[in-house]
Amino acid sequence: MGDKNLLTWEVFIQPKNGTSFQHAGNVHASDKEMALQNSRDLYARRREGTCIWVVKTEDIVSSRPEDQGSFFDPADDKLYRYPTFFKVSKKAKGL
Amino acid sequence: MANELLYKYVLSLGDDALILGQRLSQWAYKAPFLEEDIALSNISLDMFGRANLLLEYAAIIKGNDTTADDLAFKRNEREFKNHILSEQPNGNFADTMVRQFLLDAFYKLFYKELAESKDEQLSAIAQKSIKETTYHFRHSSNWIIRLGDGTAESHKKVQSAIDNLWMFTNELFEMNQTDNKMLAEKIGVNCLSIKAEWKQIIDEVLSEATLKIPKNIHMISGGREGIHTEHLGHLLSDMQYLQHAYPNAKW
Amino acid sequence: MVKESAFQKKIDAGIKIEPKDWMPDKYRSHLIRQISQHAHSEVIGMQPEGNWITRAPSLRSKMVLIAKVQDEAGHGLYLYSATETLGITRNELIEQLQIGKAKYSSIFNYPTLTWADMGAIGWLVDGAAIVNQQSLRKTSYGPYSRAMIRICKEESFHQRQGYEIMSKMSNGIPEQREMAQDALNRWWWPSLMMFGPTDSDSAHTTNAMKWKIKRETNDDLRQLFIDRTVKQARLIGLTIPDLDLKWNPETKHYDFGEIDWEEFWEVVNGNGFCNKERINNHINAHLEGQWVREAALAYAEKTQNGI
Repeated sequence: MGDKNLLTWEVFIQPKNGTSFQHAGNVHASDKEMALQNSRDLYARRREGTCIWVVKTEDIVSSRPEDQGSFFDPADDKLYRYPTFFKVSKKAKGL
Repeated sequence: MANELLYKYVLSLGDDALILGQRLSQWAYKAPFLEEDIALSNISLDMFGRANLLLEYAAIIKGNDTTADDLAFKRNEREFKNHILSEQPNGNFADTMVRQFLLDAFYKLFYKELAESKDEQLSAIAQKSIKETTYHFRHSSNWIIRLGDGTAESHKKVQSAIDNLWMFTNELFEMNQTDNKMLAEKIGVNCLSIKAEWKQIIDEVLSEATLKIPKNIHMISGGREGIHTEHLGHLLSDMQYLQHAYPNAKW
Repeated sequence: MVKESAFQKKIDAGIKIEPKDWMPDKYRSHLIRQISQHAHSEVIGMQPEGNWITRAPSLRSKMVLIAKVQDEAGHGLYLYSATETLGITRNELIEQLQIGKAKYSSIFNYPTLTWADMGAIGWLVDGAAIVNQQSLRKTSYGPYSRAMIRICKEESFHQRQGYEIMSKMSNGIPEQREMAQDALNRWWWPSLMMFGPTDSDSAHTTNAMKWKIKRETNDDLRQLFIDRTVKQARLIGLTIPDLDLKWNPETKHYDFGEIDWEEFWEVVNGNGFCNKERINNHINAHLEGQWVREAALAYAEKTQNGI
């Protein structure tokens, strides 16, 4: 048998409870259980996380950079999505 | 010394962690792949951390300004009280994982009991160790399963490791005079009481791994009395070298 | 070329290049070479220090050293991970290292003869690496930049560990002081060589600077390192082994002696003290681990566990 590569997994760590998961990098492992363990040892051994997700690299679906224009730009002229678009009285609380 | 028995007890636990930690640290840059290098050094660090806490406590009990380093680096072969299983050589990855697995299953149960100790220090150390031990057990049992139920070659290697190391497992549950006195004072653990559960854990994992426990094995023990296999002497002469070469130096 | 100039505009504007972006072939191959060599250096670097783990003279120094070597494995992994985004596999990278196609920092071809070498390596080698690495945090390729930021965060204790060892020893018994000075004598010049030859002699510099892969020149970084380290040595009573070392009040830098670039090229080209040994150790570990990797993959396939 040739020397096969172990699988590559992308690792996402939730740094603190309630926060968003962040991509940390990738890790090699033969299966998902080992991927979780290896990720914890590699990316969270300094107690930098509350939760870890691993996904096989080949399962990641990505938008394409060349589509960046059509995919993201139309949002440019929809400024009403940003709170700063609106002028409200400073006296109004809770906004 | 105020409490000779407590000293002996704590010292043994410290030695268990120290010697195992030292063995694991020998895997640096030699693991089957980098991720596993990190995993093994992680376990090694946990062991040394535990050893440090226990030996520091033992040093305090001994008194006379003894330090944990004094205990680690200046005692001789007959004064070490670790379980013989801990000092067995790393061998190949299967040998190391089997040694680890047998001990992790034991420590999981042992430290759970020790957390109930009347001795506050031991209880605190035990509570910290439980978290680590759970993680270690997950790692080693995962490997036993993957190696046992992997390829024909890995199966052969891990079965061979079990056949060779099984003889050191009885010692884990032996209760000597010190152990019994500590138990009576509600400080120490009743190792006999955790043997059945340990066996159950081992059976479960080995069964999933398609591995067998060898039959009719003559058990070896003696570590708590300072009777060790020949491996320990070499481990110590390497580990203690600098302190012996420069006895007046501070490091 | 429209694509090339769009690419260069991004670089000039400080926009990060990500794995799926278009990039010139030369940019891609330059990065694969540079990042993987950095990764290989971390991994090979585990050996000279790993050599003293079992003999560390105190529990604390042993734990710190294990953690440091562990970090090096981790850094190797972050960098392999970044390299893999450029379309090369881990096994290909390992093969390049083992057949000598890829290089690693030649500093690791020197032997660690005493415990004081642990001090010298942490203080000087990591010190030099830190100077290099701080600069790379702003490199143009996204995954590389992020790996470097992570590495720099973890690196700070490495140098302090080394300096603490040297400091303790130079304030210790005479044998310890001698050991520390001897280690400094052996590691000083090779550490200066870590920054590489003067840039006019380096083939890769022009593109590297244009593409913001490299942010500062070798000579600038080397000078920064020297200026810092000389002061640190004085503080603990050790002597830098350079008779030409002299403070220059005009340039406000230290002038220093000639580096033996012949030695540098000899070691880079495979004729250093430990070159063969380092690679053989790497090959052996990899070969001995093959049955383990195969078993893990076989199990995964059998059980469809995550496949």
